[in-house]
Amino acid sequence: MQQSAFLPHQALAQLFDVLQRDGYTVVGPTAEQGAILYRQLDSVDQLPVGLVDHQAPGRYRLEQQAHGRYFDWVGTAQGLKPWLFTPEQPLMVAREVEGGLRFESVHENVPPTAVIGVRGCDLAALALQDKHFLQGEYPDPHYSTRREQLLLIAVNCHRSAATCFCVSTGDGPEVTGGADMVLDELDQGFWVRATSPRGSALLARLPTRPLPGWHKRRSKTLRKRARVQQRALPSRDLRTPLYQARDDETLWQSVADRCLTCGNCAAVCPTCFCSRVDEESPLDGGQSTQVRRWDTCFNDEHSYLVGHVVRKSAVHKYRQWLTHKLAIWHDQYDRSGCTGCGRCITWCPVGIDIVEEVQRLCTEVKAQEPHE
Amino acid sequence: MAKASVAVHKLTSCSGCQSVILNMGDNLLKLIELVDIRHFIEAGVNAPDAQVDVAFVEGSISTHEDEERIKRVREQSRFVVAIGACACSGGVQALRNVKDSAHWASAVYADPGYLDSLADSSPVAELIKVDLELWGCPISERQLIAAIRALLHGVAPVLPTEKVCQECKRAGQVCVLVSQASPCMGPVTRAGCGALCPSFGAPCYTCFGPSEQPNCDALGERLVGLGIPAQQVAERFVSISAGAKPFQRAWARWRIPVKELEP
Repeated sequence: MQQSAFLPHQALAQLFDVLQRDGYTVVGPTAEQGAILYRQLDSVDQLPVGLVDHQAPGRYRLEQQAHGRYFDWVGTAQGLKPWLFTPEQPLMVAREVEGGLRFESVHENVPPTAVIGVRGCDLAALALQDKHFLQGEYPDPHYSTRREQLLLIAVNCHRSAATCFCVSTGDGPEVTGGADMVLDELDQGFWVRATSPRGSALLARLPTRPLPGWHKRRSKTLRKRARVQQRALPSRDLRTPLYQARDDETLWQSVADRCLTCGNCAAVCPTCFCSRVDEESPLDGGQSTQVRRWDTCFNDEHSYLVGHVVRKSAVHKYRQWLTHKLAIWHDQYDRSGCTGCGRCITWCPVGIDIVEEVQRLCTEVKAQEPHE
Repeated sequence: MAKASVAVHKLTSCSGCQSVILNMGDNLLKLIELVDIRHFIEAGVNAPDAQVDVAFVEGSISTHEDEERIKRVREQSRFVVAIGACACSGGVQALRNVKDSAHWASAVYADPGYLDSLADSSPVAELIKVDLELWGCPISERQLIAAIRALLHGVAPVLPTEKVCQECKRAGQVCVLVSQASPCMGPVTRAGCGALCPSFGAPCYTCFGPSEQPNCDALGERLVGLGIPAQQVAERFVSISAGAKPFQRAWARWRIPVKELEP
């Protein structure tokens, strides 16, 4: 079976056609509200042609360039998270009936969904969310229903944003796994590789041609170029320095002074999975719905226990977020919870840089160690 | 069981929060079935001295009459619920608490002698014990219904204190501060509106007052760093919820004092 081929640029529309004929809802990148977002798409015309993103701490801007490539941007404002771990999820409804209450679970009909344009860091984040939502003792039925319907067409990054540090986490800029099909885009078209049986079946139905050697060589050069990044975490396992830093609150004061505790970092993080459950009733009180909502460790209520907010200050909140993500995850999920996408840096309204903070903490912890 | 009795009082305000109640559609008809409305001037029921289980109070304490009125409301009511930015923070009229407002009246009115205003516009809770505050300019219908439902069940209503950013991200909106350098107050403002303004690409205006733990210093520093003049940053904090203490402190920090012209 053919696994690798060339798809001319103008033939991408046929990929949409094939998917739509098979009943897939196609989700892909589009420019909206000044950013690239994943949205349900009807045609290739909605893809962000020639758009590139410029990212910096607390800053995101799009620029229109003269080329015709669809996937030259690097980061979307959100990853795959909202498509699987939905921001507001009704869990169950209790209704008043004669003689008592009736409890009903909420079931959804989710159509098969194909996501085009996914990057290596987001696939790595998806694998982490799978671990949390599906592989634990209590698999989440709502996540699972959506996950089962997902077909993933990934794109290798040929650029890195200034906020990217996936090389240091080992999750990009090339796709390292988890997709059904992987694309490398050049002006002329795509190097298409099928990486799953479903991907192979899809590839067979596309009007592909043999892959020219130069396309492959050029793609590899560009991938290599994208590996040059401005940021890097000091190591993949930061348990030792961060557990040391955790015990000294003074080390966290400078970042806490700037932190708005707004929770934007956690909300855009593709691996953050915290939620709360709200009860909602109509005015007549005849029914009650339990709704699960995204929550973050930056909210007071998140650590509310028997009349007391455990983590009240920004020092405690930021420390919780960072040490959980980069240290405690190793104990819980066998790896760090960060895939280097850089969204927490870009979308922090005051531009707090997780990489800079970790480097500072590591340096300060080291400086405290007694000299031999 | 007797229906719970309710009053809706108005102090110094624009009546917008009363309008939210009148604008509830089917829920207004349902509300009339569930409770006995004894006083609600905008709905045409006028008995301000009625004894009630729950009094909703719109408006700030801005005149001597408001002062007297709110003390009577407290005596007449089992629960007092302050509704809206005016009742909870002093409202937009609390601008006079922070600005050099001494000569405003003579600039606006031909004969300011008829005015009977207090020097400051205060939230209801500064004068009496308030059992619950529903923030917003105006209040959110969703929160109002949830609060009434909870009170009818006999439990304390649960209201968010988290930041607007949380609602904004759940709604899938792009941060206007990051994507447009827009002076959004969302990171220091209490959730409740459903991130209404950011959903239309506009920055947040503090309608729901200060959130939990509002870091106004850090937000103000960021906005000044983005090139927004300090005086404009100061004014962003004191608009709808001008009387709220954290916002007044931010105003005091960022404002550039100017000598007012003699009237």
